[in-house]
Amino acid sequence: MANTDTADTAEPTRRDFLYIATGGVAAVGAALTVWPFIDQMNPDAAALALAQVEVDVSALEPGMSLTVKWRGKPVFVRNRTEKEIDESKAVPVSSLPDPVARNANLPASAEATDANRAADGREAWLIQIGICTHLGCVPLGQQGAYGGWFCPCHGSVYDTAGRIRQGPAPQNLHIPVYSFISESKLRIG
Amino acid sequence: MEGHSTYQPTNGAAKWLERRLPVIGLVHSSFVAYPTPRNLNYWWTFGAILSFVLVAQIITGIVLAMHYVPAGSMAFNSVEAIMRDVNFGWLLRYLHANGASLFFFAVYIHMFRGMYYGSYKEPREVLWILGVLILLLMIAAAFMGYVLPWGQMSFWAATVITNLFSAIPLVGTAITEWLWGGFSVDSATLNRFYALHYLLPFMIAGVVVLHVWALHVTGQNNPLGIDIKSKKDTVAFTPYATIKDMFATVVFLILLAWMVFYLPNYAGHPDNYIPADPLKTPAHIVPEWYFLPFYAILRAIPNKLAGVIALFSAIAVLFVLPWLDTSRVRSARFRPIYRQFFWIFVIVCIGLGYLGSQPAEGGYVIASRILTAYYFIHFLIILPVIGLIERPKPLPNSISESVLQGSGGGATATTTGSEG
Repeated sequence: MANTDTADTAEPTRRDFLYIATGGVAAVGAALTVWPFIDQMNPDAAALALAQVEVDVSALEPGMSLTVKWRGKPVFVRNRTEKEIDESKAVPVSSLPDPVARNANLPASAEATDANRAADGREAWLIQIGICTHLGCVPLGQQGAYGGWFCPCHGSVYDTAGRIRQGPAPQNLHIPVYSFISESKLRIG
Repeated sequence: MEGHSTYQPTNGAAKWLERRLPVIGLVHSSFVAYPTPRNLNYWWTFGAILSFVLVAQIITGIVLAMHYVPAGSMAFNSVEAIMRDVNFGWLLRYLHANGASLFFFAVYIHMFRGMYYGSYKEPREVLWILGVLILLLMIAAAFMGYVLPWGQMSFWAATVITNLFSAIPLVGTAITEWLWGGFSVDSATLNRFYALHYLLPFMIAGVVVLHVWALHVTGQNNPLGIDIKSKKDTVAFTPYATIKDMFATVVFLILLAWMVFYLPNYAGHPDNYIPADPLKTPAHIVPEWYFLPFYAILRAIPNKLAGVIALFSAIAVLFVLPWLDTSRVRSARFRPIYRQFFWIFVIVCIGLGYLGSQPAEGGYVIASRILTAYYFIHFLIILPVIGLIERPKPLPNSISESVLQGSGGGATATTTGSEG
């Protein structure tokens, strides 16, 4: 074989082409077959159906909060006090561990200023997903060194604008898409 | 190994089968005629104990599965029904839950035994690696099993552990939502964890077969850490090891029975008798005791990604242990410096376990950082360096010589009470 076929092995033959083509088709077929078995674990149609929640927030006086469940997650709605807003505004953005607003209603590059964290045109209102960006626990409100939120699981501390200040969490509390559809009604999602 | 092919079938049916599938011969050479070092101590009985516990977990698990409902709305109540309504359900569930706890207790002793006597060294590296693989599968099985009762601790354990994967750059969130099957831990997560919790023990059983196979290729290590040199160094597996393993298993069962009947919830958390509430995290969440050292390592590091990497590295480093220990002498009996560092390492592991159970604040965090650093220094610096600078004591000529001289230490005869 080695003596007679040197020319063939040096230059690919029709048979080599068929082997590679068959193998390639088999590999693509295997990958296509595996995909449904992987993709079945992704969120299904029911989970993807974009749920919207409407909440009446008219009863919230300054200093009061409520928690709404949206897509299985808690959403914190807080009507902040003057003191909380002032404390938040006094912090220079450059000193924050996470300088980005994490506000789904704004461009991804928006700075984590108090105005970019609070509701548009309603600086007292702070609406955020109540899930610690570290490992997913629900932080406790109005606790911790900055008077904002404190996560009991691993000690992350957030300020009165929900921005991470201390501890292992890498990001500010996320802000979901929302809008005020009237003076008293808030729609999340 | 010697001992193979000594089986001679005597009756006709056995001869017939043996010519077609030599399964009786395999069992005979592996568990009857198999030569086992004559100086094994009771630390060597944990392999048998672990095999027993694995079978017990599978049996109690299968019957519990006949009564458990893996749906978010019904899981908690079905577990309560097992406790109150199902005949002997309370016994089966307590056996399964405490069995898992003692499974880890036994596996940690088994691993420390291997570390003390250098059982991972040439030629048993693959045997050790398969063992670490079993540990990984056990961790996954135990974690998913803990989620099934769907109490507060179940739910938040599932949340925190699955969120570890969100630390992966770029694809972290996509992977986490893929694991969840939603945008948070929910019924879909519970259902798939149940399916995998049922699968994993059988995967463990498969790796255990490889583990035992590798063990029977290289032969067992022994407290002296020297090779078997002649038939005089060994005794037959049956009856010597068989009876000793059975006795140790019975003693272990007394411990299990004491837990099940007198302290059934000692290793658990009261919060897990509160139904899962996705809107409220318990004030102080901790994993089961057997994960506490790893949990302390996770929390010791103030950066999310680095903490997760440290957590996984703490287990990954075990895979390369055979190559980190540079000493050729296996048993710590003949390694005066290593023996001390071994015990420091044991204390550090227990210390990490204690710190993992405490709140993540103040002095506890600082202590966790020191012990976490030591954990890795032990493997990455201390072990390689000791192997180079330590002067081991002289090894005995053979197992039989050492045993017949009436002391475990052989020629040196200076074993201390601290070993093993």
